[in-house]
Amino acid sequence: MKLITAIIKPYKMDDVRNALSEIGIEGMTLTEVKGFGRQKGHTELYRGAEYSVDFLPKIKVELAVQHEVVDRVIETILETAQTGKIGDGKIFVTNIESIVRIRTGELDNEAI
Amino acid sequence: MKKLLMIFVLFTGVAFPSFASTEVLNGANTAWILTSTALVLMMTLPGLALFYGGLVRRKNILSILMQCFSIAALSSILWFVVGYSLAFGEGNAWIGDFSKVLMVGITKETLVGDIPESLFALFQMTFAVITPALIIGAYAERMKFSAVLIFSGLWLLVVYSPVTHWVWGGGWLGQMGIYDFAGGIVVHITCGVAALVAAVVLGPRYGFPRTPMLPHNLTMTVTGAGLLWVGWFGFNGGSALAANGDAAMAMLVTHLSASAGALTWAAIEWKKFGKASVLGAVTGMVAGLGTITPASGFVGPGGALIIGVSAGFICFYSTVYIKQKLKIDDCLDVFPVHGVGGILGTLLAGVLSSTELGAFSGYGYAEGITTMIGQVSVQLVGIGSVIIYTAIMSYLLFKLVAVMTDGLRVDKEQEITGLDLIEHDESGYNL
Repeated sequence: MKLITAIIKPYKMDDVRNALSEIGIEGMTLTEVKGFGRQKGHTELYRGAEYSVDFLPKIKVELAVQHEVVDRVIETILETAQTGKIGDGKIFVTNIESIVRIRTGELDNEAI
Repeated sequence: MKKLLMIFVLFTGVAFPSFASTEVLNGANTAWILTSTALVLMMTLPGLALFYGGLVRRKNILSILMQCFSIAALSSILWFVVGYSLAFGEGNAWIGDFSKVLMVGITKETLVGDIPESLFALFQMTFAVITPALIIGAYAERMKFSAVLIFSGLWLLVVYSPVTHWVWGGGWLGQMGIYDFAGGIVVHITCGVAALVAAVVLGPRYGFPRTPMLPHNLTMTVTGAGLLWVGWFGFNGGSALAANGDAAMAMLVTHLSASAGALTWAAIEWKKFGKASVLGAVTGMVAGLGTITPASGFVGPGGALIIGVSAGFICFYSTVYIKQKLKIDDCLDVFPVHGVGGILGTLLAGVLSSTELGAFSGYGYAEGITTMIGQVSVQLVGIGSVIIYTAIMSYLLFKLVAVMTDGLRVDKEQEITGLDLIEHDESGYNL
């Protein structure tokens, strides 16, 4: 079981969500986050003064999947969230020790 | 009463309107000033409260709303207890007297001109409410609530009431023939100068200018700005104290100047930074409104365009200069927008009231003044004296209040936490 965490551009969220649904992903969690990487920040203009804002808004998508589908999920996210321009984000893949579905108490793969 | 009037008119042949304009209540005028009073109060509650509230960081939103509401309530009471009497009591050239304390002797029948005195005092009260509230923009996000209340109350009586007497209450500036139709001097110069003093005395917010302190909700600010624009129709239009051509023309020039100010500020940003900002447009609008205020009854539509465009230019560059060059943390730019706008408008009222400027002509100089130099000189005396008086008295008041409240500012940790929690035990947003 793997946890896939993708940081993507906010406007790509709908595309990513739809594409993941099409390949059979049944759940995900998303969070509005702020951060910066190579894209750095941007400037904002208030009453004739430019302020540099370090943190840009991004969307963090988290989904727990079975080992076998990890590659397809990554491929799908790449296909839909990639613009080729700086600031497209990143995908992190980490191991999950265990999963419990709270409603039924099911464990691990049953609980995904 | 009506019967007696009719008999009087029949026997003397005095036309009703001319008689009415001096001694009898005029229903149309009264209705318009009742309406204007509501419009001007709406400028503070909630216009200014929202305008300022959106501009601060979200940890301080409630402190701004609270300060606006509290100052409105406090100024209203002080106005009827003694402020109105100090401003409009007969007194001498410098200050009124105590003859109208708590409106003693003023009945439902007492008139000022041809409207009830209770209404005149109430209309004037809405100006006395917004003026100290405008100063909030300078000391926002760091001044103790106790200090805000004490300062605002004292300032109303020590600065606002006497200056109002000088200009509108029969005082020395009014006698010289100064042109301040709706409060360029009385409202905007006094609040602007007090704001500059506040920013200097208090010092900058923790982190200024290194840390960007961005507006937390510009939607709120634009909502407030819209209420200010509409409310200003009552501010300037109502200052004619009648439902007549003066009021209509004041409203027209007010609207044109606001429009020109908004477009000018936005255009400068567009040229300079490549984009026109929303905050820029609404700030230019406020600059246009503040600047036309003293001139609104005296200039024509052509003059109003000149005033609006110059307000956009000069207030824009003043804002940049004060904040970025001088690094004075007048947080919400009260001085460069209202103070500078008030000064500019008071000066231009002296110029553009001239009847000899072709399409840019106004409606003539004050009685007894025959030249532009004459009118402009009087305007300059008014501007200079009110700046000096306001600066000195505001400085002394801040020093006095600092002793009373053991320092004007909350401490550094409290400032970082935010005034909403520290001063009011509440959060603006629990989402």
